[in-house]
Amino acid sequence: MRIEGLEKRIGTAAILYSLDLTVEDGEFFVLVGPSGCGKSTLLHLLAGLDRPTSGRILFDGRDITDLDPRERDVALVFQTYALYPHMTVRDNLSFPLRVQKKTSRLDRAMIEDEVRRMAGVLGLDTLLDRRPQELSGGQRQRVALGRALIRKPRLFLLDEPLSNLDAQLRAAMRAELRRLHEKFKVTTVYVTHDQSEALTMGDRLGVLHGGALRQVGNPREVYDRPADVFVAGFVGYPPMNLFDARMEEGTITAGPLRFPLPTETSTIAPGRMVTVGVRPEDIAVGPATEEKTGRAVQGIVRLVEPAWPIAWVTVELSDSDKAVTIVGVTIPGYLPKIGEAVVVETGREALHLFDPVTGRRYGFPS
Amino acid sequence: MNRELACRDHWAGWNVAAAGRNVCLLVVVAMFCLGPLGWQILASVKPDEELVRLPPLVPTRLTAAHYERVLFHSSLVQALINSAVVATGTTVLALMLGSCCAFALARLPIRGRPMILGAILMASMFPPIAIISPLYLTMREMGLRDSLIALGLAHTVHALPLTIWLLTVAFRQLPRELYHAARVDGCTPLKALLTVVLPPARPGLAVAGLLTFIHSWNEFMFALTLTASDTARTAPVAIALFPGLHDIPWGDLAAASIIVTLPVAGLAAFFSRHLIGGLTAGSVKG
Repeated sequence: MRIEGLEKRIGTAAILYSLDLTVEDGEFFVLVGPSGCGKSTLLHLLAGLDRPTSGRILFDGRDITDLDPRERDVALVFQTYALYPHMTVRDNLSFPLRVQKKTSRLDRAMIEDEVRRMAGVLGLDTLLDRRPQELSGGQRQRVALGRALIRKPRLFLLDEPLSNLDAQLRAAMRAELRRLHEKFKVTTVYVTHDQSEALTMGDRLGVLHGGALRQVGNPREVYDRPADVFVAGFVGYPPMNLFDARMEEGTITAGPLRFPLPTETSTIAPGRMVTVGVRPEDIAVGPATEEKTGRAVQGIVRLVEPAWPIAWVTVELSDSDKAVTIVGVTIPGYLPKIGEAVVVETGREALHLFDPVTGRRYGFPS
Repeated sequence: MNRELACRDHWAGWNVAAAGRNVCLLVVVAMFCLGPLGWQILASVKPDEELVRLPPLVPTRLTAAHYERVLFHSSLVQALINSAVVATGTTVLALMLGSCCAFALARLPIRGRPMILGAILMASMFPPIAIISPLYLTMREMGLRDSLIALGLAHTVHALPLTIWLLTVAFRQLPRELYHAARVDGCTPLKALLTVVLPPARPGLAVAGLLTFIHSWNEFMFALTLTASDTARTAPVAIALFPGLHDIPWGDLAAASIIVTLPVAGLAAFFSRHLIGGLTAGSVKG
């Protein structure tokens, strides 16, 4: 599936800017972004529920931009499931098949077979005669998945399918979705606002913000080398520490923090400001009594978020002219109290440097 | 035990004076609403000689003579059949046209939607008396005068604005995703409307249909103007023509009124189950 220069405007407001994206056959592609970034609009365009202002959508080289939804062979699972309330689970599952075909007796037997098979895969065998309102959230979710998968679509779209489930069920359904994908190998575009879902589920992911794709890559790339400040702050939990610093001879300085220069910064002139990003897990927080190494800085604990066996600690570092607040991770077995003095340490390989004006990563091919 | 406690708490909050006041109020309202109906019922079973006398309020003996007369010796039965045909036809036609129209207004991308809805509302405020003579002339030109078709068409046109409004609201209350899901699953817009949008909108359809039916069943002015003979006359007109030159058959009028009221009351009772919503529960997270 390929998207070329896709744009959507409503009135004068642009919802999506010239979007280019290729999703490989059989790939599980995750589209992630905060609310209002245009994710659902993009899905609607792909499903044919809406028309783009300009640009093209291609499936296997065929232009389908102006095709009606039913001619596209696309399935869509909604955040609210959108099960048909007046039909049983069986009828919900068979609906796409019944709509497609002029139902003859032979077909009906085949449809029943398909329904049974799909119900077996999703564990809905015993629920076929229930109505949607008699099902739990997870069961409704599975019916919605079954209804979408039963006609073996060429493109499978999921619009935040897990956001209405509780945490336990969500974890189970994540695994279930991956399993279904392995089984059916349908090209999938999965939309979510949850960056952890994006990182754990996708073969590749695209970060959408303000109607534009900020970065496309596999989870590892996006996590290790975020393309800009937005992606850096959005992907990963707790969010990356981002603060302004000054380039100096041999070091980068932000208040009391001093980092040795990473290698890719050779092009940045000394004296310039940069935006520095450090992941919390790259900042080790230890007790202040420990012997100080060269890079360690002392600070005061402002907030502690235990996530056993470690804890996320917000530390305020200050010197005479400037204070910096950063989040770090405790060394194992250490749980500081609020107000306690701690020592913070980080390595040079952990630094991400961004242009403070454009927000782009230094040394990132644009 | 808990239940007893709950009951006692309930009764403890019961203020006798307030309760008395409420009961009095309810009785007054009930008298106001049901009084005329009760009067009609009494009048329909009173012997002729007691009809124009008071006392007795309650008849000294019951008679079925009025019912017998209106059912077997008048044109009322034919008029009732006419009424049923016209009202049913009107309801079906109005629901069919109305749901297509309302669905388009509720879900399809249409320019000037608020203006269209405003125009529909304005049309429904138009007093019928203002259009009755052009309507009469039009029907006569088309050769439809004194026919059930003319009456059905007139009633449909008159009922459509309200139907469209009611159904637009009903469709809007359904989650948009239902329609989208049906479209993605392979339906044309019309098929999506028929298979996925209309069934969960049944309460709204029932309300709109019932109101249309009652309106058509009771309508008098169009029916009086557009019909001229027993073959096309509806029940309200037929009853209105009961009084002769010298006497007014109060008993027959009362009996006929009761008979005409019964089907509508029955329908309302039957559909009251559907009038309560809740069918959409469960289609989305509830």
